[in-house]
Formats: sequence, C-alpha cells, structure tokens
Amino acid sequence: MTSVSVTNLTKDYALREGIRRRNLRAVDRVSFDLLPGKTVALVGESGSGKSTIAKLLTKMEKPSSGTVSVKLDDKTPVLGSVYRRHVQMVFQDPFASLNPFHSIEHHIARPLKIHGRPRTASETHQRVLEMLERVNLTPAQVIAAKRPHELSGGQRQRVAIARALAPGAQVLIADEPVSMLDVSIRLGVLNLLGRLQREDNLAVLYITHDLATARHFSDEILVLYRGRVVERGPSDDVILNPQHPYTQLLAQAAPDPERLGKVAASELPPDRDAIDNTVCFNHFSKRWVHMDEISADLSTLEHR
Amino acid sequence: MSADLSLEHAPVVTSRGPVLTVRNLSVVYETEHPVPAVRNANFQLGRGEILGLAGESGCGKTTLAYAINRLHQPPARISAGQVTFHDRDGQDIDLLALEDEALRRFRWSKLSMVFQGAMNALNPVRTIGDQLDDTLRAHHQSLRKAARQDRCAEVLTLVGVDPKRVRSYPHELSGGMRQRVMIAMAMLLEPQVMIMDEPTTALDVVVQRDILREIVRLKEELNFAVIFITHDLPLLLEISDRIAVMLRGEIVELDTAEALYRSAAHPYTRKLLASFPSLSGGRGAFIRSGEDSDFDRDNNFEEQP
Amino acid sequence: MTNIQSMTGQTQASPTEELANISRGRGQRPKPAWRLMLPTPTPWLITGLILIGSIIIFGAVGPLLVGDPAAISNTGLSGPSADHWLGTTQTGQDVLAQLAHATRGSLQIGFLVGVLATLLSAFFGIYGAYIGGFADEAFSLLSNVFLVIPGLPLVIVISGFVPRESRGLWTIAVVLALTSWAASARVLRAQTLSVRNRDYVAASRVSGERAWRVIAVEILPNLLPVLASQFVFAVIAAILGEAGLSFLGLGASSSSTLGTMLFYAQNGFALPLGAWWWFLPPGLMIALFGMGLSLINFSIDEIINPKLKNARLVRKRARQAARIQKKAVTS
Repeated sequence: MTSVSVTNLTKDYALREGIRRRNLRAVDRVSFDLLPGKTVALVGESGSGKSTIAKLLTKMEKPSSGTVSVKLDDKTPVLGSVYRRHVQMVFQDPFASLNPFHSIEHHIARPLKIHGRPRTASETHQRVLEMLERVNLTPAQVIAAKRPHELSGGQRQRVAIARALAPGAQVLIADEPVSMLDVSIRLGVLNLLGRLQREDNLAVLYITHDLATARHFSDEILVLYRGRVVERGPSDDVILNPQHPYTQLLAQAAPDPERLGKVAASELPPDRDAIDNTVCFNHFSKRWVHMDEISADLSTLEHR
Repeated sequence: MSADLSLEHAPVVTSRGPVLTVRNLSVVYETEHPVPAVRNANFQLGRGEILGLAGESGCGKTTLAYAINRLHQPPARISAGQVTFHDRDGQDIDLLALEDEALRRFRWSKLSMVFQGAMNALNPVRTIGDQLDDTLRAHHQSLRKAARQDRCAEVLTLVGVDPKRVRSYPHELSGGMRQRVMIAMAMLLEPQVMIMDEPTTALDVVVQRDILREIVRLKEELNFAVIFITHDLPLLLEISDRIAVMLRGEIVELDTAEALYRSAAHPYTRKLLASFPSLSGGRGAFIRSGEDSDFDRDNNFEEQP
Repeated sequence: MTNIQSMTGQTQASPTEELANISRGRGQRPKPAWRLMLPTPTPWLITGLILIGSIIIFGAVGPLLVGDPAAISNTGLSGPSADHWLGTTQTGQDVLAQLAHATRGSLQIGFLVGVLATLLSAFFGIYGAYIGGFADEAFSLLSNVFLVIPGLPLVIVISGFVPRESRGLWTIAVVLALTSWAASARVLRAQTLSVRNRDYVAASRVSGERAWRVIAVEILPNLLPVLASQFVFAVIAAILGEAGLSFLGLGASSSSTLGTMLFYAQNGFALPLGAWWWFLPPGLMIALFGMGLSLINFSIDEIINPKLKNARLVRKRARQAARIQKKAVTS
C-alpha cells in the first residue's frame, strides 16, 4: 500500500517577454494526500494548474518548492527509480498517448520489463494478456497484436490504463482520462477505474474539469483556481453546498439535465474578476483559511 | 418513424412556420467502398427555433450540416434528398439547385454557420475587424466604409465584445472572445438560420455558459433559428426547443427536449442520457459500487475502431 | 473540410493514423504500421525507382562490362559508332567506358556524403532537440551558423586550400558533408521537438524508460520518413556539389566522376567542337539521377503528409467518376 503526501507544492515558470522576465506561478502552495483506496479529485478549468500538478507528481517537472513524499505502509520512503513503479499516469488523449508505431503488446510489455524481475519472453507475454483481460480488452491475444490506430478511443484508453498498472503501480494519476472519449463510453471507462481501484486498493488522483463525474467518482474534491485551492472537502459537501464563489460559479455553469428549461436570457453574468483566490474554504474544518496561513493549515491531513 | 415525428409532432414548427425543410437527405462518401455518412435525414426547422443535433463522433452530424450548406467536398456527395429554405418574404428556395452566384448570395445572408474551433476558422494574420469587413464587402458592395465599420462595431457590441477590439488579432483574444467574434461574423448579415457546430466544446465550462447565454439572448432579440450541433446532451436539454439524436448517419429520435428527457423512445437516446451523471440530483445512472454490466458488455452501440 | 471522423478535440493525428483512417473509410481492415510507412506504388514512384535502379546497376556492373576508360587510341574525337557506342574523347578514350566508371564514382561519393551528412544532422538535430536546454541552444546555433555560410563557395575554398595530392575521395566527401548537414538538422530538430511533446513520449518517460531508449524506440521510428527524405536530398546535393567541384577542377584527384568527365569535356572544347556525345551523357546521367531521387522523395512526402495522398486520390476518383459519367452518357 502506498500513499502520497503533497505539502505546499509550488511551481513557478519563468516567462520571457522580450527583455523582461516574468514569473508565472502555476501552482501555489497546494497540499493534499492520496490514500490507498481513496480518490481525490482536482477540479479546475484550463490554466488552473491541475495538469502541472500531474506533471509534478510524475516527476516530469521539478517543484519550485514544497514536497511530494511517497511512502509505503511502514513509512519507508519511495525514492529513485522505484518511484516510477509506484506512481503512474493515465493521459488525457487516447490518440496521442500510444505510439502509432508499436503494437499494444510492446506498450504493456515495456513497463513490465523495466520494473519487473527479469522474465522470460513467454512470462512477459502471459502477463500482458492478463493485464488486457483485467481491463476487459478481449480477446487479449488478438488485441495484443494490434496497433493503436486499429483500436477505438475507449479501447486505447483501456490500454493506457493497463500500461499504467503494469509495473504494479499503487498510485494512479488520471489526467482527464475520459474527456476526449465519446460520451457513451465514458462511464464504462470510469467504472473500470473504480473497479481496479477497489481490487488493488489504489490511491487515485482524478483530474477533471467536469464537476459531475468528480462528484460521483471521488471521495474528496479540491477546487483549483489559478493555481490555488479555493475549496476542499468531501465530494458531496463541496458540490451540494459550495461556499466559495468560484465553486458556486462552476456548479451553476455546468449543464444539468435536472435543471430542465430554458437558459434564462436575463441572468446577469457573474463578475469573473471579483473571484478572490486568496481565501480557501475547508469543509473538513468548516473554516475559511487565508492563503498566508495555508501552509500551516494541514488540518485535513490528520493522519500525518 | 422519425419522419412522422419531425413533420407532425412539432408544435414549435407549426406555430411559427418552418424556415428550413430537409427531406430524405442522404450523403455518401465515395471512397473505394462507399460509406453512407447521412441516411435519409428528415426534419423541419421552425422559425426562431433552437434545434439541437446530438450525437457522438462519426454519427454524421457535421456532414449533415455541411451538406445543408453545400460546403461538403469530394469524396462527399449528396446522393438523394431535398433541402428547401422558406424565406421570410414567402419564397421557397431549393438549396441543392442553387449554383455559383445565386449560392454565393444565399450563403451567409440567409443561412450562416459558426464552425467548430474558432481558432482554426479565424485568419491569424489579419485583424478581426478586417475579417468582419471582408464579409460585409463580399455581400454588400454598395455599403460605404463608414457604414461597414458601424455595422462591425454594432455586431461586436451585440455579442458582448468591446468594439475597440476590432483592431486585435485573433491570438490576442481569449478562446471565449474568439468564439463570440465567430458568432458576430455569422450574424453580420442578419441570417434567418444559424448552424452552430460544437461552438462551445473547446471552451471552459464557465465561458461556455456565457456564450450560451448570449446565443439565447440574441436569438430572442433577432429571431433567427439555430441548429446547434454537439455531443453534450444536457446542454441541449437546457437550451433547445427540440432535439434530434443521430446515430451512424440516421436521425433515430426527434422530439421536444422535455419529452426526450422524461421518456426517450430510442435505446440509444436512453443510453446517452444515462451517460451524464447528475450534478445536483441523486447518484443517477452512475453506480460506484460496481461496473454497470450494461455499459461494459453492451455491444450494440460499441464504437467502431 | 469534410470530416470522415469528426472527433472533437482530436489532436493532429500522426501520418500512420491518418492513413489508417483512410483505409478504414474504405471498409478494409487497416494495414499494420510498417506497411503504412511504405509509399504507394504510383507511376511517379515506379518511374523514380526504375531510373535509380538502372543507374545504380549501370554504375555497379557497368565498369565490369565495358572496356578500359583510360585506354588511349588513335581514333581521336569521333561520334557514336559500332565500336564506341557513345563515341570517343579527344584522346580516343571510350566515352561509354568513362561513363560507367564515372557513374560509379559519383554514386560512391553521393551515398557516402549522404550517409555522413545524415548522421551529422541526426546527431545535432535529434539529440539536441531531445535533450533540450543548453545543448539544444548550442546545437541550434551551430546549425544556423553553418546554414548561413554559403555552401558552394565554402566547399570551393576548403577544396582549394587542400593540396591536390591529399584531395582524396574521403576529403571531398567530408568537405561536402560538413557543408550540407545544417539544413537537414533544422528540419529534424523541428520534427523531434514536435514528436517529443507527444503524450506517448511522456508516457514512456513516466514508465521509467531511459533517455536513449526513448529516442531510439519512441521518437526515431516516427522520424523515419523525414530522415529518409533528408537522406535523399543529401545524396542529390552531394552528387551535384561534387559535380560542381570537379567541373571547377577542385574535385577528388584520384577518382573519376561525372563531374570530372564534364571537366575534361570542357577542357577538350567539346561544346565548340560539337562533340555532344562527350558532355551530354554525363550531364544527362546527373539530371536523370536527380530526377529519379526527387520522384522517390515525392512519394516519401506523401507518407510524411498524408493530406497530399488524399489530394491525389481525390483527383484520381474525380477522373474515374468523369469517365463513368461519360460512358453512361454515350451508352
């Protein structure tokens, strides 16, 4: 069982505008925990910093400050090359995340070979077929020989999930895993992720802009706005009883079939510039926390 | 079955009269093995109505929109059908018979289109003012420069863009603003029908809400009809009068938004509806306790590789 | 404009996917990736392959079949005859024999320089772009410097600098390679940068692959069409460059190439004397070889950019449709 503690994660990018240099703070003092068997959702629009957090967690980028610490059950830290065995990612675009040149077998066999004990070719092949069956891609033998362009979007995403779990990952970062899939197969893929999480007791970080699936799929939600967390808490609390104006804006903006009827043409558009991301509402402690104190507010992370 | 629904069970159409009639329209892709992209499309668009066209990738909704506009290119070919435009002044225009100059004059002044991906539809090396001006010049050669500039400013204000941005280049505008400029461009000549192909898909949810609000407001002010193409069914449920659901080239269901939501007839429609977990209501179709056997093993609507 | 698959939000598909989509649209089973990487046999490609094939065979086997190119005879400058199919030079040497040996010489240098230049551009372009950071900036600067320096004058200067005795085949090859790798490096760098940012490369890194494996296994296969195209360009440029050098008398001292033939023809006043059989064959050989390689490159271009293939297929179907229409009208 592996868990991840993210503390005050910050990422700055240096932008060069002509001669001047400007600092863009993409992620600002974000803290959360990923625990086995639990899903945390990061909700935000584009530019909120959620993809940057994914990159930081998978070590594709280095944080400017703050820590990401991954520990096993017995508190031994997971470092170095073993890190990649424990923390894996499912990418957003099923069409781009698989190399069109290689077969499905290659995609799943490589992580197995990199992280596993040296195996014979037939053992690896067997494991590949097992992984394909776990993600409901059958007949596995036929699928393994195919190339990515011969599969549909949903099937490719399942391959991506199989690839992520192949090294025996315990922490899964799912960066908008279904937003590029056809609508009618999204739930199938999300249900698959749910099943795999229960079977392997995975810690899952679900990054999305879709509040509805975030609510149903995760236990805890963090709402991000321009790099900062503006609201956090158990999913139902955040969605059904949003406190921060931004969360309220998101909830109101999402198309909801329950709210049948015409869009009121006379509704006044909310003032985006008035959104204040210097305060965050924490549903666990039921308090408003100012950004300056946010480093100290680890009240949700009580198990530390 | 769909033919009956479209022409008779349409209270919206009968109250204001139809502005567009599509009858038995079929579009084929003439590849080595011909692929039918649209099969027997049958519907009427009422004046001032918002008709939602829902479907997933490959269902033919964009092909249908392009065909109505005569924008389709080889290997696409209209193999059968009729498209009739019922003008405000009472004249009926057969769209498929229009050629050259008549087609050019018809386009944009009576029926215009907002394309998917404003980023690609706007010319990156010209200001938006220039592009709006171009459109006006192409259709109203008699208008003087001052009058054209006034109209551009007017139309930009209508969509909620500061008229001073007329000298901006597309990359200087945000995604939402670009989409508004596209809508402004489509409205320049006061068309009676606007076809919108996924106008808000690439935008953030909050910006999307703003744009939708604008579209509904403009429709009410200027009374044009809209064919709104998207895969986002809940969105259509909120803004459309009627919704047509397309699957593999056919319109499998066409009904008022309310009726569709309460009691969808076709299994595919029901499946689509169930794919959108409810934000505020109960857990709905999304069951966290286990993989829904229907979704995983249902091969009827399995996407084709 | 038309969407065979209107996938919202789809990023630009790679060439293999586009081609697969096309064949899927035909209702066929999609071909495996490596087959899609091969060009389709169009009349262009066939012509190009035939040209190149025959010239290579001529260059490889020809010298074994013809006589001694250096054998002087009394015949003097004479036109094509039964004895000498392409006539003789001023000193009675058989032009056909010279042509065969010269072709071989040119081909040797062409391919040698092609390989060297491609290796150089691959290193500076691909590796630099993958590593990024300072190395990328440095390599890019180097490529730009070499690009800006005018190629032919530089080649002439370097060549002139080296004394005639040490001006061997390898020296010339190195000189030509050094002056022609830069443009190719820029193209490869651009391609690598675009491939490097694709999700599957990121996925491979996240899986824990080492850098060299990521380049070799994930990036390189997708660069193969561009590499092939750049290699072909390099060969064409090498042959032309070498011909130019030799024509100016600055070429490789020991070898005989198409350029040296032209040089001797020029010195022997072939043009004023009307001895077309002396300068026309080598010139034509260079031209045909260049044409053949370019035709092959057109076909490789179709793999790199499948939209070109689409355009060609559309025109072909339009012609077929017109033919069917005409048949229907006349029958």
